[in-house]
Parts: sequence; structure tokens; C-alpha cells
Amino acid sequence: MIKDEILKKKPQTDPFKILSPTAILGYGFPQESFINGINEKPDLIAVDAGSTDPGPYYLGAGVSFTDRTGVKRDLRYMIKAGIENKIPVVISSAGGSGAKPHMDWCENIILEIAKEEKLNFKLGLIYSDIDKNVIKKSIDAGKIEAMDGIAPLTKTAVDETPNIVAQMGVEPIIEALKKGCDIILAGRAYDPAPFSALPIMLGYDTALATHLGKILECAAIAADPGSGSDCALGILKKDSFILKPLSKDRVFTEQSVAAHSLYEKSDPMFLPGPGGTLDLRGVTFRSIGNGEFEVSGTKFIEANPYKIKLEGSKIVGYRTMTIAGTHDPIMIEKIDEILIKAKERALSILEKENIKGDIFFHVYGKNGVMGYLEPVNKVFSYEIGILIEVVAKTQEIANTICSIVRSTLLHYGYEGRISTAGNLAFPFSPSDIKMGPVYEFSIYHLMPIDDFSLFPVYTKEINFKE
Amino acid sequence: MEKKITDVAKVIRSKNSSPFGLTFDIIFKDLDIYMKVKEKNLINKEMIASLYNIDVNTVYKIVYFDPAKAVKIDMKRLIASGSPGDTDVYGAQQHGPLLNIKFDL
Repeated sequence: MIKDEILKKKPQTDPFKILSPTAILGYGFPQESFINGINEKPDLIAVDAGSTDPGPYYLGAGVSFTDRTGVKRDLRYMIKAGIENKIPVVISSAGGSGAKPHMDWCENIILEIAKEEKLNFKLGLIYSDIDKNVIKKSIDAGKIEAMDGIAPLTKTAVDETPNIVAQMGVEPIIEALKKGCDIILAGRAYDPAPFSALPIMLGYDTALATHLGKILECAAIAADPGSGSDCALGILKKDSFILKPLSKDRVFTEQSVAAHSLYEKSDPMFLPGPGGTLDLRGVTFRSIGNGEFEVSGTKFIEANPYKIKLEGSKIVGYRTMTIAGTHDPIMIEKIDEILIKAKERALSILEKENIKGDIFFHVYGKNGVMGYLEPVNKVFSYEIGILIEVVAKTQEIANTICSIVRSTLLHYGYEGRISTAGNLAFPFSPSDIKMGPVYEFSIYHLMPIDDFSLFPVYTKEINFKE
Repeated sequence: MEKKITDVAKVIRSKNSSPFGLTFDIIFKDLDIYMKVKEKNLINKEMIASLYNIDVNTVYKIVYFDPAKAVKIDMKRLIASGSPGDTDVYGAQQHGPLLNIKFDL
């Protein structure tokens, strides 16, 4: 049961305190900072567990990018403190990507903790998987909008994409809170939503609550020195919010908070999300001493219609790779030409067998890090790393191509070669690494919605207390 | 007077803004220098395109953000994060060429 005094908070007079333990669930936090946070008597403990940063694999494969032990450790602190102090706990973008398999994975961890700690509570589960037929109808109606200059969404892409989620706003989380949930596990959500849902439900300013959530979702990253694995406290008031560090090693400064408003965003003034855009043009930042920081002036521009962002990734093949290096100055000098010719030779062998796939060389010491964005076209290093990457229709085909490319390059007789025993140094035996399915982001589109039934809310009574 | 960016900026970084976009931040140490760079528009699309040797149309926008004394550069990713052929899934190591910026203030 959530404490009555939390639910009776008045935005006009009462500050609302939000504890953000860590930037990503599973990244950890110092126990001392968390205790400092609990001693502040927070009204909400919230955490964002997700991101598309680690790439397309995790959403498509239904796998978490964070480690189970780390997630369980963080959740145990949060859930125990939440239940003991009757503070609601909201976890969003479960399992990193928020699809059904990620939800099940994280729910299982929560139930394990409940059992081990003998806890009773009401668990809210909010799913964010979007029915493919709903999306197809929206495609037919011409309502889907591509983001970031990518191709329009097709029904084929929808069919080929195993897990399609959408970022929910605060509405489904508010529904779960109104149903009396103590612990809420939400699927894919807009990063600020787990932080802003309860205060918005209680009548606090939407713009300030969302802006505060936008900072708290990164926990202490907005502090100086920044850290994604330390706690931060947000105090929401009628006309402003305050950021407070929970470790004596950190402070919030004008520079650190302002710099954070740039982080990972394409435009610092306008931050779009479900249902509207945060407008930061009139924001004022003010240091108030003791490492605390006050922000005011944020506006919220409501969107009509309400749009949600769909995310999905699909399999595009299977990958095999080999890591090798060369220390031969003659080979390094001609490396571009050698790689092109060795690839041509390998392809001519493969073509006759009707074996097809994509071959990429990542040449570390040259342009392995920046690829097409690398403006320097010269090698300054006395040794270079060559990562051979092959993506093909099946793992077996990728293995075959990788093997042929590796052996061709190993023995390729380039012009001027004097080291005739082998061109590559392999650190491992076996040299070729089978990497399994390769995914790519196939859906990153906006879809308008009329109501929030796409994010169903379920509740479960958990009773392990004796 | 010619200034090196590494002498006047305290942060120069890159990161994905989405799986399909890269964003770069240059945060200046000093407000006066930032304002001069801003007034003269010394960091602009053409300059970025020539630093990276890319088509200027793939540089979406340059935003000067006074509260952070910062310039933000928004760029298209020609290969989406994690797609075959990508070299930097998080986009966190694409800032190198920016370190070569020099300007006359």
C-alpha cells in the first residue's frame, strides 16, 4: 500500500521528491547514496531500464543488454525500500528493450526477490508490444510517419520484425497507479515517464515533471563529476524543480546540468515525446548552494494527434568474424589495394559455388573506428588490426565465406611481398568466431493513437509474507 | 588570433541521437569565446562537411545553445547503429576530426 501522505500531496504547497538510483537498471549504485536518498523520504523511486544505444540485437532477439545479477541487485534495494516505506516503485523499459520477453525476464527477477525477501505487494504490468494488425491499418490509412529520414514503413517490414514495441507516455503508468499498484513494471516507455507519471497524476506541472524526469532518467550523469551509476534526487515544486546529489563527491552545477540537456539529443531546445514536446527556450538554471540546482521555465507543447514512437528490429543474416593483425610495413603501405584484391579473389571462388554474402574489413589503425566518416586516408601505425566480418543468409554460409576470405588473405601474394609464410597474425585458435543472428533496426516510426488501450495494464497480488 | 578548439573547449563528444543519427557537442570553457564563435558562425555545416569529407546535406543542423556555451551538430548516419558495416554502435568515437578545428577570433 502506498502511503496516504504521498497520494494527498498538494502541488501548490508540497514538494514531491523522486529518487533515481541509477541511469540504467543494472548499472549499480553505491549503497550509501541509496540510503541517503531513502533518508530524504522520497515519494517515488523510479528507474529507466532501457535504451536503443546498444544496438538492434537486444530488441529483436528478446534479450536484455544488462546482466541479470546486476539488475537483481539494484531491484532488491529498490523493492525492499519501496515496500518497507510504502513508496511506489516504477520500472520502465523492462529488460532494456521493453518487449514481452524482456518483461517476462524482469518480472521473473521481481518475483524471485519477493520470494527471497518474503514480500507482499500489488504488482502492475504494462505491456508495450503493438499488435501488427493495428500498425498495418495505420499504414493503410497513411498515418505512419518515418523518423530521421528513413524509409516509409511497409507491411513486409512489419511482418519481418519479431518484437514491435512503442514508447508509452505517462497515461498507462497513471492507470496502474490508480489501480493501487505498489511496484510497476512497464514495457518500453519514454524515458521520463516512470518519473513524471505520479506527480502528473497528482496535479504537478506536466512540463516541469517531464523535464525533471528527462534529467533523472540519467541519475547522476547530469552532476559533476557525472556518473551513470550513482543516485540523484529530484524535488518537484509548484514553479520549479531542484536537483540534489546524494553523494558528497558530486554537485549539480549550471555547466553540468546545461551540458546534460545536450546529451544524446538532436536539439536541446525542443524535446519531443509521446503526446507533446518539451520547450526549453525559456528555461532558467540557478545554483542554490550545497551542490543543489534549481530549474524553472520549462513549457510543454501538447501534440494533436497524440503520437507514439514504434521501434523494431529484424534479422538480416548471420555473422562470422575473424580477428587478425599484420606488422609487415610493405603490406600496411598497400593495405587498401590488398584487401580489395583478396576480396575479389575470394568472391570469384565463392561465385562459382553460388555462395553469396557481404564481406567487411574493419582495419584498426586505419579507419576501423570511423569507417566512411574517417577523413584521414593514411596509416601511421607500424601494426594494424584487421577484423574480417561476414554476414550471410545462414550461419553455415557465413562460416564458409569467412573461412575462404581468411585463408585467401593469409596467403595472398601481393606485389612486393617478401614475407611469404603468411600475411596475418591470429591471436586465437580457432580463428573464426560464429556470432549468430545479425539484426538491424527496421522500424523507427511515429504512429498516431486515439486512446491508450494499446498499453494494457494488468495487476497481480504477490503474497510471500508468512 | 588563431585558437585551437582544444584550448577553448572543455567537452568535445559524439553520440547516437537515434539509431539513424549522430550528434556532436562542443562545450566551450569561456562565454566570450563561445559568443564570438556564435556571432561569426565559425562552426557551420560547410566546415563540418569539409572536416569529415562528407556531403554537406548529411549535416542536418548546427544549433548554438547559450545556456551550456555549446554548439550542437546533428548529422545523418549513413549506416544505422549496429547494421552490417557499422563501426561504432553507440557513435561515441566519431568526434576525432573536430579536435582539429582552429579559428581566428
